[in-house]
Amino acid sequence: MTLSPEEWTAVHLSLRVATVATLVSLPFGVAIAMLLARGRFWGHTLLDGLVLLPLVLPPVVTGYILLILFGRRGPIGAFLYDTFGIVFSFRWTGAALACGIMGFPLMVRAIRLSIEAVDRKLEEAAGTLGASRGWVFLTVTLPLIVPGLLAGMILCFAKAMGEFGATITFVSNIPGETQTLPSAIYTFTQVPGGDAGAFRLTLVSIAIAMLALLASEVMARFASRRLDVE
Amino acid sequence: MTLAVDITHRLGAFRLDAKFEAEGGLIALFGRSGSGKTSIINIVAGLIRPERARIEIDGTVLDDTGHGIRVPRHRRRVGYVFQEGRLFPHLTVRQNLLYGRWFAGLRKPGEDFARVVDLLGIGHLVERRPGKLSGGEKQRVAIGRALLSDPRLLLMDEPLASLDEDRKGEILPYIERLRDKSKVPIVYVSHSVAEVARLATAIVLIADGKVAAVGPAQDIMQRLDFATLTGHADAGAVIEATVARHDAAAGLTELTSRAGRWRLHRIDAPVGARLRLQVRARDVILARIAPVEISALNVLPGVVADVAPYGEAIVEVRLDCNGEALVARLTRYSAGQLGIAPGVAIFAIVKGVSFDRDSVGGPIGGNGGTSDA
Repeated sequence: MTLSPEEWTAVHLSLRVATVATLVSLPFGVAIAMLLARGRFWGHTLLDGLVLLPLVLPPVVTGYILLILFGRRGPIGAFLYDTFGIVFSFRWTGAALACGIMGFPLMVRAIRLSIEAVDRKLEEAAGTLGASRGWVFLTVTLPLIVPGLLAGMILCFAKAMGEFGATITFVSNIPGETQTLPSAIYTFTQVPGGDAGAFRLTLVSIAIAMLALLASEVMARFASRRLDVE
Repeated sequence: MTLAVDITHRLGAFRLDAKFEAEGGLIALFGRSGSGKTSIINIVAGLIRPERARIEIDGTVLDDTGHGIRVPRHRRRVGYVFQEGRLFPHLTVRQNLLYGRWFAGLRKPGEDFARVVDLLGIGHLVERRPGKLSGGEKQRVAIGRALLSDPRLLLMDEPLASLDEDRKGEILPYIERLRDKSKVPIVYVSHSVAEVARLATAIVLIADGKVAAVGPAQDIMQRLDFATLTGHADAGAVIEATVARHDAAAGLTELTSRAGRWRLHRIDAPVGARLRLQVRARDVILARIAPVEISALNVLPGVVADVAPYGEAIVEVRLDCNGEALVARLTRYSAGQLGIAPGVAIFAIVKGVSFDRDSVGGPIGGNGGTSDA
């Protein structure tokens, strides 16, 4: 089975979009999860709902909101373009943004659960041993939530690989720029004789998903063996 | 070391109102469960923010709410050994031990790693992970970890409470060595008379969130209201005795203290070693005339110093045996029959078998000591 150059492009692009989406959301995901798990502040419930929103909204709606906010004339999009020269609309970066937003709730949820499972008494102990708050987070909290981080990243990555509705609404379906795997498969199904291509890309999707699952399983096992919870 | 504590703090309906100044190598905070002992050391360690407090260790102020002083917990240099160990599961024993050391890093090297590992007998564990250690091993590592963070003070919150009797016996000697050989003063929270009798150099009695008594261990242990204040029937005087000789044939060890000669079942300590004996008040029999043909091995002459009621029908009697205090508990009826009153000459009788592992401490100051010491 060989893929045509266009198909390869779609696979490459999807992998790049999903990887960038996952890695860039990670620090934000940890920060928000930390805030939601530990913080007590006004608007806690609101933030919680806001983070979960992409999970329950129709993806097309999320994509449309992104288009309004991050489009070249949108309030955020215009600011980013004028100040940093960053453009999202109809670029692969926009696809990554859409995928990141869609995967974010899943990532935050996994990380938040693992933060809530951390024994805060261990953090107290670290404090009495001379570690400041920042060091406690880096040397105790973070290592203890590694399994949650991995799970969150895998979930976000998988979601990003499969994202369709928000992406196509926000950045359209431009081959070589914003045509990810699902968009490519969709395109194939819309043209006569595209079945073979759709089938090939479907196999690739399945292979990538299986690999991701396997990797997460191996890493989770390694992490839990290392932690060897008392 | 001098520890000055003055705390007012409310926890729900419970009110902590403790003020004391204690001195010594091992200060025991002693009292019933829920009397507020742990809250006090949590405030000293900076884990609880008190409503009002002034905490001072050897002239260094850690808390003074009146002047807005509150040293953050990681800058207090107060080591804490928790009841449950709290070792970091993601680090090896060695990494756990060196955790606080790393943060203390820039200061002068305090306790030496090899010395601490040796003192606690944990050399064979350093490459392992905490999850696989026994309760006693975990607690020893936790003590080492706190020591290596170069603390000016070590807090221990019932470090033996979660261990079974055998494990307790395994750790007590290490804490005794720590008290005698390391320069770090210890504040030890406990509700066990046996532990306090063995370990404490000074005692702070806590009852219902208030300080009931403060003083050198032996003074506090012989107080007649000790049992009433602490709710412990196990109360009794603590004496320091020197091993005089071993009688291998009879299986006995002979010790001398100011009160006189003590004989009990064989103890594993060299001749010349000093150790603590706790003589429980309920194990002491009183007689007006020196008994003859009696199975009890220890008969010590003395004078009644003090009599105090202990509940309805029981009294506690403090004896002065050649300058050393013993406490006896007997019924009010017996005391009346014997005509017990201050100034009366009396004989205290203690069975040799009434001493057990809980009431006989290890050698003090490590002079002599067993081979592994």
